[in-house]
Amino acid sequence: MDRRRLRFLGQSWLFWVAVVLIFLVAQWVLIPRLTEFRRTAWVMFPSIMAIICLGLNLIYGFNGQFSLGQWGFYAIGSYASAILTYRYAERFTYPIQGITIDVPTVLQRLVPLAQVDLFRFDAGQSLFLFGAVLLGALLAAAISAVFGYAVLLRLGSDYFGIATLGFTIIVQVLLINSDQVIPETKGARGMVGIPQMTSFFWAFFFLVLTIVVIRNVLYSSVGRAVISVREDELAAKAMGIDTIRYKTTAFVIGSFFAGIAGALYAHLYAFLSPIYFGFVKSFDPMIIIVFGGLGNMTGTLLATFLWAITLEGMRIWLPQGFEAWRFVVYPIVLLLVMLLRPQGLLGKLELGFLRPPKWPQRAKAKAEAPSADARRETPEVREAIQ
Amino acid sequence: MSQATEQRPMVLDIQGLSKNFGGRLTTQGYEGGLWAVRDFDMTVAEGELVGLIGPNGAGKTTVFNMISGLISVTGGDVNFQGQSLVGKRPHAITQSGIGRTFQNIRLFPQLTVLDNVRIALHPHAGYGVLHSVWQGSRFARCERDLTEKAQDLLAIFDLEDRQDEIGSSLPYGEQRRLEIARALAGEPDLLLLDEPAAGMNPQEVHALMDLIQFIREKFDLTIVLIEHQMRVVMGICEWITVMDFGQVIARGTADDVSSNPKVIEAYLGRQGKRG
Repeated sequence: MDRRRLRFLGQSWLFWVAVVLIFLVAQWVLIPRLTEFRRTAWVMFPSIMAIICLGLNLIYGFNGQFSLGQWGFYAIGSYASAILTYRYAERFTYPIQGITIDVPTVLQRLVPLAQVDLFRFDAGQSLFLFGAVLLGALLAAAISAVFGYAVLLRLGSDYFGIATLGFTIIVQVLLINSDQVIPETKGARGMVGIPQMTSFFWAFFFLVLTIVVIRNVLYSSVGRAVISVREDELAAKAMGIDTIRYKTTAFVIGSFFAGIAGALYAHLYAFLSPIYFGFVKSFDPMIIIVFGGLGNMTGTLLATFLWAITLEGMRIWLPQGFEAWRFVVYPIVLLLVMLLRPQGLLGKLELGFLRPPKWPQRAKAKAEAPSADARRETPEVREAIQ
Repeated sequence: MSQATEQRPMVLDIQGLSKNFGGRLTTQGYEGGLWAVRDFDMTVAEGELVGLIGPNGAGKTTVFNMISGLISVTGGDVNFQGQSLVGKRPHAITQSGIGRTFQNIRLFPQLTVLDNVRIALHPHAGYGVLHSVWQGSRFARCERDLTEKAQDLLAIFDLEDRQDEIGSSLPYGEQRRLEIARALAGEPDLLLLDEPAAGMNPQEVHALMDLIQFIREKFDLTIVLIEHQMRVVMGICEWITVMDFGQVIARGTADDVSSNPKVIEAYLGRQGKRG
């Protein structure tokens, strides 16, 4: 590998330039053209969903562990960070003046704004949100480490699925009764008054972070160990892979990102209700990753946005009075996709930097070992046949 | 065994190894159930090539699975280079220097040939999760060393131009070679080959025996080989242990074993007892 080029998180500078360009275009060209509702439902919410789905894809798609517990970790991340910001975020404020630039009239057709604010944000609040999201995610990861180690050690894959479903239900019940310990959560009535701090910047930032981290882990020796468990657990053990360790690793990383997604979700709608964290919703990420193709990161990203845009878009596209038919159309679409493309939308196709890195092949030298095919006939072989 | 082998240090020493499936544990030991292996003894000295043969269902693979820790041991002891392996987890047993192949080839089916070998090199990777996230210089160096080691192995087995192909898409003989290459990636001292000649025609069997002799010398290995066709192992194994119904019925050199009446009975059956 050429190490002379500038690299950050293992990606070339071209990658990061592209990320910044995509962000700028989305921030100033796409976002101002969308209504408040569509901005949230079509861009920010699916970005957050993509984070939890990529984490689940690592667990189920790459490691082969059927987990319905990610929704529980999503809930843990959201409530933990929401309580932090609800209590303390106000105290941390440090507004930065920023620069306001007038958009030239020529460009106003492209950027539908007369003025663009650069670097105008509240540094104190932003840093606090960043910290709260990380703390929420770390709490989710810590709980998943304990739970994963206690349960994964003892249970096979199917039972693990049931156990994780149980975990999601336990978390929901705890949240319903949580106001007895933490009054701010208001239990079953739902938590209100969370500062609405998730901006497009943060949703995008954490989505890119998730993609890069999961991609980097997967295309390393650790990732190959994780994938070997899905491929053939017994053979992996016999090749010296500590399967319990790598099952736990994948589970903890996936749950960490579920926690991040939850924390961002809490600050997106500024309202949390234990009803949303019920087990019926916990199937959504599972549906998305199967839809996009198990073990396919590009597919997961595409499927998350398609899923969110279709589901919310149908409110607009379906004729007046037929909005409730969304949940008739949605399963039919899913059914059709499963029938026509059982391997998921993209199958094995990965795009761009999500493709596995290839190593140059060696030039073919004369083999040292005798061929076990023995297509050639030696005198001994002829003797053996006779 | 003979005096020549006593001078060489023992690599594998199995005493009274037993496996009971489905039995009930009582104060007098196991009651009922099936004894897949019972009181199995075997010693293998360094550098030997030992055959373990017996008819189908004799318990040969169960012995291998107990050595490599994939199933638990009911009784007895397995000593490898002076350390007991009983109760150790399979990956730890592999890392202590035992490589194995499987009867029905168990590659990682959807992964490339190169990745199949690189997974077996993982215990020697030299970096952890955080290095892989950051992908700094240590990651780059370790990953390059790892891949080069894997490519060296593939080159030995004439598979280097297949590195980007999917493991399960290779022809049968190449899958066998890949599985052996993968087992050797962990740098084992002892290699367990479980019916490497299964499903091969006489030409292929012959070539395979050449290959086994070659890797034995090249990698300085001790090899235990399972086979149920006696003919296959006669030519290359120094010592042969014959099993039937979970017990050892004969051991010795190829000539001793092939003339042993118990072995002939196990293979050909006795009139009125087994067909």
